[in-house]
Order: sequence, then C-alpha cells, then structure tokens
Amino acid sequence: MFKLAHDHNEKTKPINETVVKALQDEMDKDPMVVALEADLGDASGFSKIRASHPQQFVEVGIAEANMAGVAAGMSLLGYRPFMHTFSPFAARRCYDQIYLSGAYAHALINIYGSDPGFCAATNGGTHTTFEDVGLMRLIPHSIVVDACDDTQADWTVREFLKLTEGIHYLRANRKAVRKIYEEGSTFVLGKGNIIKEGQDLLIVAAGQLLADVLDATEVLEEKGISVEVIDMFTIKPLDYELLLQEIPGKKAILTIENASIYGGLGSEVNRVVAEKGLGIKVKNIGLEEQFGQVGPVDYLKKAYHLTKEDFIEKAEELLKGE
Amino acid sequence: MNQEELKKIKLFSARIRLDVLKMLTHIGYGHLGGSMSIVELMSVLYGRQLRFDPQNPKWEDRDMVVLSKGHSGPAWYSALAESGFFDKEVLYTLNAGGTILPSHPDRNLTPGVDMTTGSLGQGTSAAAGIALAMKRLHQNDRYVYLICGDGELNEGQCWEAFSFIAHYKLNNCIVFIDENKRQLDGYTKDIIDPQDIKAKMESFGFHTLRVKGDEEQCIDDAINEVKKIKDQAVCIVLDTVKGQGVEYFENLEKNHSVKFTTDELKQAADEAIAKLEETVAKGEQ
Repeated sequence: MFKLAHDHNEKTKPINETVVKALQDEMDKDPMVVALEADLGDASGFSKIRASHPQQFVEVGIAEANMAGVAAGMSLLGYRPFMHTFSPFAARRCYDQIYLSGAYAHALINIYGSDPGFCAATNGGTHTTFEDVGLMRLIPHSIVVDACDDTQADWTVREFLKLTEGIHYLRANRKAVRKIYEEGSTFVLGKGNIIKEGQDLLIVAAGQLLADVLDATEVLEEKGISVEVIDMFTIKPLDYELLLQEIPGKKAILTIENASIYGGLGSEVNRVVAEKGLGIKVKNIGLEEQFGQVGPVDYLKKAYHLTKEDFIEKAEELLKGE
Repeated sequence: MNQEELKKIKLFSARIRLDVLKMLTHIGYGHLGGSMSIVELMSVLYGRQLRFDPQNPKWEDRDMVVLSKGHSGPAWYSALAESGFFDKEVLYTLNAGGTILPSHPDRNLTPGVDMTTGSLGQGTSAAAGIALAMKRLHQNDRYVYLICGDGELNEGQCWEAFSFIAHYKLNNCIVFIDENKRQLDGYTKDIIDPQDIKAKMESFGFHTLRVKGDEEQCIDDAINEVKKIKDQAVCIVLDTVKGQGVEYFENLEKNHSVKFTTDELKQAADEAIAKLEETVAKGEQ
C-alpha cells in the first residue's frame, strides 16, 4: 500500500544511499545477492558494500561490458547480481552484453542505471541517456522501472531481487529529491498508481518529473481543469488495465517523461490508445532529436521544456482543441 | 598417458572429427576451419579432463565449458554426442528449424551447453563470472574451461575479462586460445596483427603455456600442469591450424565458413570422411 507524502517539497534521503542500504539489507538476508560496480563505487555509494559485504561485492574496474558478462556468469551459479553504472553506460555501452549474455541466455542481471536523463546534470552530454528506457524496453521479457524517489527505489531493489531470470532495469537519480511517497510505501510491479484523481485531463508520468507534474496540476486545477495523474513507474510491463479503466471519459492524455518519447513511456501509451481505438488525443512530452548537455538540473529542465510551466502550457493547448 | 590411453584418446579425436565433417557435409555448409582446430582439445576435455555426467547435464559438481568462439559449436556438439549427452543422430539436425543444435551454442537448447555464446568476446566475461562464483562458493574442485579464438582476441571485451581473471587469480578458469592463425577475412597477422599471444597473456598476469594443438598428449600435459597453479590465472595457447586434421581443408584459403558447393570440395570432404571412418573402424578393433 502506498501513501503519498504530506509535503512534496520535503526532500528525501539521497536515493543512492537508500539503494545501497536496501542492497545491504537484502544481502544480510541472502548470501547469494551480489553487487557489481565499475569503478563508480564512491559515486554510487557501492563502496560501502565493498566494506560491509566484501564477499558479496565485485569490483570490475572501468569495464562495463565485462561487468554485465560477469554478472550473467555468476547468475548461472545461483547468484542474484545487481550491477551499477551511470545509466548511459548501462543502456548503451554494454547493451549487447546485457542483451545476449543476460537476456538471450536466460541469465539474470539486475541493473541500477543512475542519473538518467537530465539527472546527469553537470556530468553533461557524454554521461546522459534519454534512450535507456526505449533500449531496455526492447529487450524481450525485461522489466523497466523509473523510480521517482528513494522509497520507490528501495522497494524496486527488493522487488527485483525476488526474480530469478531476466533483465530488470531500475533508472533512478542518485541525489535526494522531492518526496512523492511516504517511507514504507509498497507498490505492485506492473501496476500504476493514481496519485491524483481528476476528470478532464489524464497525465501519465514517472520518475524525476512527477513532482513538477503535481505542481503543474495544482495550477491547472486553479484554472478549472481537473487533472488525474498516474505514476506509471513500471514502464514495462505497462499497466494497460489501469489505462483502459481511466482513459474513458477523459478529454485528453499528456504523457511526460525524462526520456526520449521514441520508444518510451509515451509511445507505449500511444499504442494502447491506437490499438483499442480509444479516440482520444495524446501529447507526448519528453526528448526528441536532442542530445544531453551540461548544466544544473533546473537549467536542463528549461532547455528541454520539461518545466511545470511547459506542462501547464501543453495541457491547455491540448484541451483547447477538445 | 600410456600407450593404451593415447590410442583411446586419438580414436576419440577421430570420431569427433568424423562427426564434424559428416554433420557439415550433411547440411552442406558450416564453420569448418575453427571447428576442426579444436577437435583434439575437445577430445582431451571430454575424454580425460572434464568432470561431467551425460545423464545429468546440470549436475551441480560438474565442470563447465564456455565455448566463447561459439561458431565452432559443431566440434562441441560432436564431443557431447560422443560423450552420451544426446543421440548422434541429432547431430544431423544442426541449424534445422526447431533444432536443439543451433549454429552457435545455446544453454537453453542443448544438454551439456552451459553458456550461450556466439557474439565473440562475450563468453570470456561469462566464464570469469562463473569462475568467481565457484571460488566465492568454495567449490574448489570445479573448473570452468574457456575456449577463445585468436581472431576473437580482436574484441576488447576479451582483455577486460582477462584482466579481471588475472586480478582475481581465477586459476579455476582455464583459458584456451585456439591460435589457428586465421580468422574469417584471412590471416590474423594481416587483419590485425595479434603479435605474440603467449607474451600478451603473460603480461596480463597469466601463467601461460603454448603447446601443439593437434597433440592430445601435449594438451593433456598442459592442463595437468596448469591445474597445479593455485594462485595465478592460467592460459594454454594452442598452436593449431584452421581446418586441422585434413590436409585439403588446412590448405583451403578461406575455410572459416565453407559451403560444399563444388565437386572439388565435396570430393575432399568425402575422401576425408572415408579415411576417418577407416581409422575409427580400425581403432575399434
């Protein structure tokens, strides 16, 4: 059961610390849980695992392709590996290894791809990925989660560790962020959360933009637009049932993601609407033909039109046509 | 090995080589060169060194094999069939739709295949992970045998894995490099010069031997020697010929993947098969 945070301006603990603690907790319970790191241990906090659980930690050095293969190999002997690297290195750099040695071989690799999308911030364009969601979705039988805060990330880590085969990708910021859920909230993999009820506009979003989405809906409500917001944190498998339940009666749908709209959350919502002939307009907000760039998060949100003001503008535009 | 054992293992090699040729000529094409060059290795592994149970391919105490140069699957399949993992008749279903013997090994299809390979370089990391897992689980009597091609060493991932194996002193991962000196487009020295592979592996931290790859005795001795090493990574470079064991195919310039479309190729294959069948028949007497 999830409980929304009382105050979405309250900051969480750093998400990476929460991920590390979740892993350490699960490692205490099960010696077959193992964490792998590619020389970003001080950046991710995985160095703490090297200290606390040396037999359940594997440093591979700056060798992501090897890391994925080693994880897959270890899983053949019953280990449940959780590898970390920055999201672009997980999604792009060792994609073939994750795909073949992991998924195709029916091995097991859990992946924490940190600082997705604009969260790369001052690490800049080379450390940015908007296509990780699409890429990971394309792997057969994969699971893709975009965690909005530390509570959701914690839960996801533990949920992934219940699984014994396949590719499970968790994208999450490392830093502390605005709280969406109260600590202790639990979720259901593959089920979206209605975090705000409404009648006119349906917003489907996940991850680091949820707080801004909630800010935008406050303003829209003041303007007389009733907005429903779904946190579709499990981007794959998407909660089709919830969409089919919540779409009828709405005037329009806005999908919002810190990712490319090609092959991301929005594209999958589009598919449902088209396939089921739901006859409703969908506007996908996200990245298109753009690379990452350097800058603080606020600057990047403005540059990529991912601010609360952008959401309000797009929502009004969308509804004007209806 | 004594005389009797050597005779037995050479007969085993002949059987494996015969199976490879029959399998590939039956479907009319296949990765001939690189399959032939690891016949003696497969023979020694399955004939003498490996701990396995063909009735229980997933036996928890078994040794594991990762054929990172996965296109040589036919040689592995022949060894597995000859070792009783599946019926020899199945060999003729190589690459057929729905087969359990795909061109590149698949752990979810073939009994006896522990890791899926084919995209060169990737098996190295998987073997490293398997070896590390064995160590961490204190499975001190188990080995993982990693078989790489020399052309495959073009792939950077191999060197990531080798660095890892050496760093973690995974002596239980016995690395073989089939130095048959050719890859698909030609001689390795003309494609990207591999330089001195033995020296490279030594500089990467491996206790390295280089032996004749067509001599079962040499291969067996080398494996026994490296098994004595407990605190260092180990590697055996096999000095082989692509197409090993049949002079015509050794001399065939492009023999990575052969299509038996010409009369000359078919005749050479038939002759080799006849000769091997004779050898096997004699050996069984």
